Amino acid sequence: MVNLTTLDLLLSSLFILLLAFLSYRHRVKLEKKILFSSLRAALQLLFVGMVLQTVFNYNSIYLVATISMLMVLLAGYEIQARQQRRFLGGWGYLNGTVAIFISSMATALFALLFIIEYDPWHHPQYAIPLLGMLLGNTMNGISLGMDRLTSSVWQQRRVIEARLAMGESADSAIRNLRDEAIRTGMIPILNSMAAAGIISLPGMMTGQILAGAAPLEAVKYQIMILFLIAGGTGLGVMAAVSLSAKRVFDSRDRLRLERIS
Amino acid sequence: MKGHSAPLRSSVKMYLISIKQLTTHHIGPIDLSIKKSETVGISGSSGSGKTLLLRAIADLDPHNGELQLSGKDQLAFEPSVWRSRVAYLATESHWWGEIVGDHFNGDSEPWLELAGFSQEALQWSVERLSSGEKQRLAIVRQLIRQPILLLLDEPTSSLDSKSAARIEKMLLTYQQQMGAAIVWVSHHHDQLSRVSSRIFEMKSGKLQQWSTEELNNG
Repeated sequence: MVNLTTLDLLLSSLFILLLAFLSYRHRVKLEKKILFSSLRAALQLLFVGMVLQTVFNYNSIYLVATISMLMVLLAGYEIQARQQRRFLGGWGYLNGTVAIFISSMATALFALLFIIEYDPWHHPQYAIPLLGMLLGNTMNGISLGMDRLTSSVWQQRRVIEARLAMGESADSAIRNLRDEAIRTGMIPILNSMAAAGIISLPGMMTGQILAGAAPLEAVKYQIMILFLIAGGTGLGVMAAVSLSAKRVFDSRDRLRLERIS
Repeated sequence: MKGHSAPLRSSVKMYLISIKQLTTHHIGPIDLSIKKSETVGISGSSGSGKTLLLRAIADLDPHNGELQLSGKDQLAFEPSVWRSRVAYLATESHWWGEIVGDHFNGDSEPWLELAGFSQEALQWSVERLSSGEKQRLAIVRQLIRQPILLLLDEPTSSLDSKSAARIEKMLLTYQQQMGAAIVWVSHHHDQLSRVSSRIFEMKSGKLQQWSTEELNNG
């Protein structure tokens, strides 16, 4: 693997500076955001790199578990932050966090224990990147699905109530909106799978190849990751959207929009 | 004890719906009992709580108090069963399928005809319906489910006088055939006087019954 120097990184940042300059020149007013986002991304990644290095050195299951939990909690927060209409009273945070915890943790543990089978199974070199990739994608799917559900319930509230008034159950009155929200949450990963290898080379596979891995080995890892992400995202989206679809009604099947901001 | 509870039970049985001390955040307490085949009219200014009352009876909004249908408590019914028997018709109808027939489940023929439609109406696109057609079809789609209590929120507000008369006739025909009770909300006092045996006015979330004199004066 060719090791990159600080100068190499500075050279790659020339494109960012060019972009910021063009934004300033054409008054797009994005230059500050471009520079700030780039600097923030670089600092965050450097910090994570140092943390990962420390975790790798210690190789402790407790440290891996603590970092995993922290990642899950932050992902749950991010899901809630991305909602245009949020559930009030912390329920949305809890729902998103529980859904992402169950789906990402279950798929990551399954992969570590039964597919990768490294000794020890919790080695941070495998556990942390695997969970990171699963969380990132699952979080995206769950937040899209939940956002779609709450917005469509808000827009279609009169239709839902008309269906309830026609003697339909809450489950039946919201079914089409719930299914549509699940589809919305699944679209990114389904698109990624459809485009993988033909239109785009997935990031993980590219990274492994750049690091010197044999392309076919990298491809096998990528296939496994795509399947795990699809499974984890599907489980997470279905859990989060289904729980949200129940939460908008009370025990008497009444639509309770005051539970959403 | 037995001697005390027997008359109570029989008085409850007299009524199709019995509402006691109904309250929500904005209305009540309200007591109202309606007999089989009876129509009760409710008028009142906008914002007085007429729609909220109908929604609470249909169990679409949270409320306190006791509601009994044919002597059976509201909570003893599954929500969907309650709303199948107690049909709430909102002022503005809402549709979710592409064609009219997607919203109909049952024998619609006699009611479609009484509402001034042929069976072809079931194939019509919802998009092309006028507000009056929507209102008439929304009533039909509720009637074919055979509810025993109709909660009508200004059911003829989008209709011309001829269509309104047709709908009034259809609803009274339904009532005669099914023995259904009706709560009819309207701003038109003449309409309420025509269809109702008792008229109430909703004022600041409470019901006040009109006297015979007020009824006669319209």
